[in-house]
Amino acid sequence: MRTLVAPGRSRTGYAIALTATAIVVTVVFVLPLLWVVISAMKPAVELARVPPTVLPLTWQPETYVEAWRLMDLGRYFLNTIVVAVGTWAVQLAVDVPAAYALSRLKPVLGKGILGMMLLTLMMPAAVLLVPTYLTIADLGLLNNPVALWLLGAANAFTVFLLKRFFDQLPVEVLEAAKIDGAGQLTLLWRIVLPLSRPILAVVSIFAVVAAWKDFIWPLLVFSDPARQTLSVALQRFAPDTPVDLMLAGLVLASAPVVGLFLVFQRHVLAGLTAGGVKG
Amino acid sequence: MRRRVAENLTAYGFLSAALLCFAVFSWYPIARGVVLGFQQVDFVAAPTWVGWENFERLFADPLFAVAWRNTLLFTVLALVFGFAVPFLLAVVLNELRHFKAYFRLVVYLPVMLPPVVAALVWKWLYDPGPGLLNTALRGLGLPGLGWLDDTSTSMLSLVLVATWANLGTATLVYLAALQSIPGELYEAAELDGAGVLRRLWHVTVPQTRFVLLVLLLLQVVATMQVFTEPYVMTSGGPQDSTVTVLLLLYRYAFYYNDFGTASALSLLLLLVLGAFTALYLRVTRRADA
Repeated sequence: MRTLVAPGRSRTGYAIALTATAIVVTVVFVLPLLWVVISAMKPAVELARVPPTVLPLTWQPETYVEAWRLMDLGRYFLNTIVVAVGTWAVQLAVDVPAAYALSRLKPVLGKGILGMMLLTLMMPAAVLLVPTYLTIADLGLLNNPVALWLLGAANAFTVFLLKRFFDQLPVEVLEAAKIDGAGQLTLLWRIVLPLSRPILAVVSIFAVVAAWKDFIWPLLVFSDPARQTLSVALQRFAPDTPVDLMLAGLVLASAPVVGLFLVFQRHVLAGLTAGGVKG
Repeated sequence: MRRRVAENLTAYGFLSAALLCFAVFSWYPIARGVVLGFQQVDFVAAPTWVGWENFERLFADPLFAVAWRNTLLFTVLALVFGFAVPFLLAVVLNELRHFKAYFRLVVYLPVMLPPVVAALVWKWLYDPGPGLLNTALRGLGLPGLGWLDDTSTSMLSLVLVATWANLGTATLVYLAALQSIPGELYEAAELDGAGVLRRLWHVTVPQTRFVLLVLLLLQVVATMQVFTEPYVMTSGGPQDSTVTVLLLLYRYAFYYNDFGTASALSLLLLLVLGAFTALYLRVTRRADA
């Protein structure tokens, strides 16, 4: 397709532009991450050297094991998994039926309800920090992952994406099932959900990644160190942990989401532009 | 008629859990937030009405003006980098016909990192001694910078991290928008004798104006709420140079347990962001119609 610059005008020019972009993009986005992964294997003494060594003079891959053990990362991984998986499950269990009802059952006041939900997207998250925190405290849900699950379920964007997808499902399939005497719950479970795999994949990945990345809510909810997620625990450890161990901890904490991204990148990138700004 | 009632009952059954979650965690807090701004609230005594006292306390706090000035600086700097860079990057990437998948993957990779990880990694890269950034500067024969330790560069350093971590999203959204520009427009412009820069300005920019405007507004709203980077990297220092509105709000609420004053600050933030949100709504509405 024709773009800004005429194609094939100058082979050399294109090659130079391609190489330059590849180098710049790699240096800016990949190099810092590689630098962390490699530097974590240098001893703390070597990390203090100016200028730094490029590759470790002494390789200490066991730093990763040491970091896992000393910072008790297993516990924080488990806490984070409980938050992320719970948020994902509760969000789907709550928002899928809601979106289906708004899309297909069209109840009285349905439009008003959707409008009220979308209104919350317009509320800057920061503005709700204090009142939501106090509400969580009133419910006795401080230091309880359930607080984050329910908070995640009140996600208007997920409801909106699901509803828009359900709106586009062919009416005939649903009508046929209805004539066969299927109730709405059976219809949703047996017919609609299997047809909705693409959107469920997008919504699921975004739910898990958002929960894994979240910092401010876990920070507010989990004052008990034993309950904290990786992000909260790592920033608590940062001031008095040796650099090499800290770097290893940071790498380990990011590995699951980066891995998830590498595996599901097509879904993630497709979801980004599908749900993105057009909505 | 009876069937209609039964259908409505089913529908509300399906909606009940969501309605409850939204009511407790969104709608009620919105209303409560307004009330809290005019109350004295701590965990010790019952809330009491104090009128505008919370706002007066804020205006008397020397950090109040500092926090707004810093937040504004962050927003402006974030726009300079976070708005122009992803657009130009997308324009360049759109021209390249090789390594497409690699570019997309790599640009979006930092978006996947937890913000705390990005902040702590960059805090280490910024280290004036063995840090990677000063090593690179010295390698180029330039003097190293103080980065986070220097009041003149601390905010800029935070902006660079936030931009690095987030620009993948904007880049890929722009890239999608660029691909929907009809090629004939470029051909026509070229036949009229327009060079690359004029084509960029007269074809690319107007054709993507809507997406550009929407992301601009969303970005302003997001950057005005910056919290994680200053909280994790500088705690507001050095010399309060990175105290943002949200950091101040956090201090009022969770250091001083003064939830009323924190809520008053939320309301002021809401007023400012509300203006941008209204603008955003008008822009998207007009595009829908």
